[in-house]
Amino acid sequence: MAKNEIKYLTAIKTDKRVKKFCRFKKYGIRYIDYKDVAFLKKFLNEQGKLLPRRLTGNSLKFQRKVSDAVKKARQMALLPYVTDLLQ
Amino acid sequence: MNNYELMVIFTPVLSDDEFKSQQKKIANMTTDAGGIVVAENAWGLKSLAYPIQKKTTGLYWVLEYSAAADFVEKLKIQLLRDETVLRHLCTKLDKYAVKYNARKRSGVKSSQQKAMEA
Repeated sequence: MAKNEIKYLTAIKTDKRVKKFCRFKKYGIRYIDYKDVAFLKKFLNEQGKLLPRRLTGNSLKFQRKVSDAVKKARQMALLPYVTDLLQ
Repeated sequence: MNNYELMVIFTPVLSDDEFKSQQKKIANMTTDAGGIVVAENAWGLKSLAYPIQKKTTGLYWVLEYSAAADFVEKLKIQLLRDETVLRHLCTKLDKYAVKYNARKRSGVKSSQQKAMEA
């Protein structure tokens, strides 16, 4: 019974971490429109706050463009500054 | 002549023809000052994400134009003085933005939509 049951001291890391990519470089997007709310929502968490780069996987240049666009959208009441459940 | 994009939120109490006359007023202002109106897009009544001046809805209007650099300041003064305007935002468009807007207007599925699916 003990023969085929091999116990490892540390658990084998099975989940292969998905390689993050910057979607703007990959799809060749050069301008992030502040009016395109549905697209901007992908970069916000539930409270409407900006997601950090390590989660969105964006490169620095485009993360700044996203944050500018989100701030403009918030200024023009297209996006809330803070909310509890952002759909 | 730089390219600009102006987004304006009017008070929702404006009637339809007042809304149109306001649009015409600003559009004429740009053409009088030697600018060219590239595109106009009235979104109409939309609910705001948070109340502005105790109002929860607003009449959105987007104007894409190209004008001399000093015109932006004149336009800003007019918009600040106008009490039917709740809020306005004037952004300068770089060449990618102009291409994006042109493609969006012509209905070509922009890369944004492609990225949306991903």
